[in-house]
Amino acid sequence: MSVCLYFHVHQPYRVKKYRAFEVGRDHSYFNDSSSSDLNNEKIIRKVAEKSYLPASAVLVELLRRHPEFKFAFSFSGVVLDQMEQFAPDVLDSFRNLVRSSRGRVEVLGDTYHHSLSFFYSPREFERQIVLHRRKISKIFGQVPRVLRNTELSYNNDLARWADRNGYLGILAEGWDPVLGWRSPNYVYRPKGTGKIKVLLKNYRLSDDIAFRFGERSWSEWPLTADKFSSWVSAAHLDGETVNLFMDFETFGEHQWTDTGIFDFLRALPGELLKDKYNHFLTPTETLRKYQPVGEIDVPNVLTWADTERDLSAWTGNDIQRSAIKEIYALENRVLRSRDPDLIEDWRRLQTSDHFYYMCTKWFADGDVHKYFNPYETPFDAYISFMNAVDDLKLRLDNPKKKRSLNISLSNK
Amino acid sequence: MFGWEFPPHNSGGLGVACYGLSKALAKDGVGISFVLPKMMEVSADFLKLVFASPEEIELNFFNSLLSPYLSAESYLSRRAAEESGLYGQSLFDEVERYAALSGSIADREDFDIIHAHDWLSFLAGIEAKRRSGKPLVVHVHATEYDRTGDGAINPFVYKIEKEGMAEADKIIAVSDFTKRKIVEKYGVDPRKIEVVHNGDDPSSVSGERSGESLLSRIKEAGFKIVLFVGRFTLQKGPDYFLHAAKKVLEMEPDVFFAMVGSGDMEGQLRQEVAALGVSGRVVFTGFLRGGELAEAFRAADVLVMPSVSEPFGIVPLESLRNGTPVIISKQSGVSEVVRQALKVDFWDVDEMANKIVAVLRHPPLSEQLARDGQAEAAAATWESAAKKCINIYQNLLTTN
Repeated sequence: MSVCLYFHVHQPYRVKKYRAFEVGRDHSYFNDSSSSDLNNEKIIRKVAEKSYLPASAVLVELLRRHPEFKFAFSFSGVVLDQMEQFAPDVLDSFRNLVRSSRGRVEVLGDTYHHSLSFFYSPREFERQIVLHRRKISKIFGQVPRVLRNTELSYNNDLARWADRNGYLGILAEGWDPVLGWRSPNYVYRPKGTGKIKVLLKNYRLSDDIAFRFGERSWSEWPLTADKFSSWVSAAHLDGETVNLFMDFETFGEHQWTDTGIFDFLRALPGELLKDKYNHFLTPTETLRKYQPVGEIDVPNVLTWADTERDLSAWTGNDIQRSAIKEIYALENRVLRSRDPDLIEDWRRLQTSDHFYYMCTKWFADGDVHKYFNPYETPFDAYISFMNAVDDLKLRLDNPKKKRSLNISLSNK
Repeated sequence: MFGWEFPPHNSGGLGVACYGLSKALAKDGVGISFVLPKMMEVSADFLKLVFASPEEIELNFFNSLLSPYLSAESYLSRRAAEESGLYGQSLFDEVERYAALSGSIADREDFDIIHAHDWLSFLAGIEAKRRSGKPLVVHVHATEYDRTGDGAINPFVYKIEKEGMAEADKIIAVSDFTKRKIVEKYGVDPRKIEVVHNGDDPSSVSGERSGESLLSRIKEAGFKIVLFVGRFTLQKGPDYFLHAAKKVLEMEPDVFFAMVGSGDMEGQLRQEVAALGVSGRVVFTGFLRGGELAEAFRAADVLVMPSVSEPFGIVPLESLRNGTPVIISKQSGVSEVVRQALKVDFWDVDEMANKIVAVLRHPPLSEQLARDGQAEAAAATWESAAKKCINIYQNLLTTN
């Protein structure tokens, strides 16, 4: 049985509290400098200290201790930009980790701006894929062979696109209604494709770590590494690869240090390797090793989120749908402006997190969204976002006007 | 049940709340004798009305100035101005007279629980408890701190409130907001307080109108309308509304601001309108009710409730039921019930203006707030408030 691990690293450029008065006057949307959770620099530093740095240190240690240990990362372009801007030491730590791993750490393909562009503008999606590929190759010296789209969003069309564009494989949620009686622990072929394969997230085992690890009311609490690896061993009769996909912030940020999450991570590879039938593979190796056992048909968009596993967390209500439409409606005018700052601001506003913050589902069901929402309410998120869009439109109307640079590295 | 006013003889929310709650209680099989301090021309077939007014002094209260919403301060000043009038009693004499008469009412009536609404009837409730030994529930719709906008409280009113809370076997607060006030300002053990949010009677603000009101004509002329509905008192924050109006008009000139209501501050507000230079864009409609008020809600694009301290605040529910989205003060109980609303601190007029502009500029926002808010308002019923009260009664009766 292979174990295929991948950690997702992403932070959005959150829009500051941007009021109607600022429209037409202040063209910087992402530079909150207050003590709130809209301060991107503060968040990057906080997440780095709590999660990225200590978790990376554990991974370095594990790579050294277990020559068999392998895994993958995916980085959004916007998190890499923010690290360059606010936390170069953290970027160095990731760079060294990947570059010194001799191929044992794979970096996946993604959209640069962590956007849902594939479903709104395939051409913009392609541009963001190219931007991302360049960035990854420059920093990590790898060209992604496996695609992981924003929020694990996936459908047949995306698989066909990835197939045409030479990817070995693509990642998706291993959701029961899609699989029917079948197991997520095999490699499958997306419907209507020739060569590409899909790796499905084993969401039960992944979420045991990512969501349930520190939950004292959970019947399996406390989760130990040997208990977890016994669950993986129990899956031997049910497939060839267990794909564990999760946010890297799981370690230290979503699950705090005092839950024992770092000790768990430190012990896990050793425990898994105690079973001689277990081994680690990167996504590329997994895709090369196993043949598809069947076809996966996903006509509607599948994501990791909520019990619906669809896009409703991002586009489920009217304000979300209108905000995302507004932003893509500006595409031609923005690109024609040839103004790099304006284009970059427009792209940063495409980041899926903005729409997630406008989700009103949590009023009824659970608090996942609330936990991740730096705005007081979804309406506050919408209002700041739309004010920024209104300002962006004014900039399109007055292209000649002098503007201050959006990102100013010098005064940091 | 001891109250102070009852529709249509009410100047605001207390009478409406007493009516809505007792009607829902009656529907659930609770028999109610509702005591009012004086003879009023009111009728309700679901309860028994009792008036604490012996024939001989009834005439004295004719033309009464008394209103539960006047702070004691403003009552006294108004009284001084009308000293030459027929009647010579102060609000406090009235409250004490009510208490004195409630004793004999308690002797006559058959009941299991005493339920007294707000400080004006607390002494009556205490007297009834003293005479009957039956458990007392005091229902706090507003505290003296709310009525004065956290300004100078009247020590006599505070004393009565505190006494009522001390003598009560259970305190009902209309919100967590009010519960916190009772704990902080009156030093009451939080375990003694239950929160029962108010409901809203769907028939209270409804009905058809001609569509020829001033606001309808303004709307027809293509202007947006931002609405304030409430008494013009410090507590309701109408001055913050005007300051926000000024800021909105700097960004969105084609907007009218409608002030629906009346009250002590009207003169001061009119002066403020002139001083802010927004006279052409602010209209005072006077006090509206029923179909006229419903029409005002429907003409408006958004209602703002900028209250400084609002124990509950029924107006946003009335607005939502009429399909108009709301911006409400965080310093209010109703914001615990309505999530499909924009919320602001009453003092943050910049943010108030920002949110007004957002609703006016972005139809998807105002439509979503109106639609989802309407559903939420529909779920805020007196029936569920009555269920909670009955639970409280039953617990008191089993432990006593």
